[in-house]
Amino acid sequence: MIRSELIQKIADENPHLYQRDVEKIVNTIFEQITSALSEGDRVELRGFGAFSVKKRDPRTGRNPRTGEAVAVEEKYVPFFKTGKLLRDRLNGK
Amino acid sequence: MSGKTLTRMDLAEAVHNEVGLSRNESAQMVETVLGHISDALVEGESVKISSFGTFSVRDKAARVGRNPKTGEEVPIHPRRVLTFRASHLMKDRVADGNRG
Repeated sequence: MIRSELIQKIADENPHLYQRDVEKIVNTIFEQITSALSEGDRVELRGFGAFSVKKRDPRTGRNPRTGEAVAVEEKYVPFFKTGKLLRDRLNGK
Repeated sequence: MSGKTLTRMDLAEAVHNEVGLSRNESAQMVETVLGHISDALVEGESVKISSFGTFSVRDKAARVGRNPKTGEEVPIHPRRVLTFRASHLMKDRVADGNRG
């Protein structure tokens, strides 16, 4: 399923909403999550999962083609942990 | 890092502000979105949200685990796990926003 299919499903179930409002709803949710993470905040959605930011320490990497050592700075990466309810549902519980 | 935690309520509030639906209906829409994503994943479908990321379901084979406290061997049954791969755009925004 892709973003447009998600929007279409929700629009079909909610004929009282304009399609453009459904688009706005879906886009707002994903934008809020991204912007929270970019500010170092967490987003916890009980039953679904939690988005957080993890720190990656600086390390010496290697260019796989030339074998040359390169310094990789510390960085922050997005992380998702599946919620218990969804994990159970995936396994038919 | 400010270290705040956002919840469904914050997402609903944003929908309320952006779209002008009532707080109640905004909360329902947040639930609807999460519900559709979950349902697709439970069906084994991947969910790909451009410029956000991809949720996909992977099958894990059975293996023998060990209780780290007692050293006892325990069978781990085959299971399905969910992985999220952030898009490049999200990775860049998170890296840029949290930089020193």
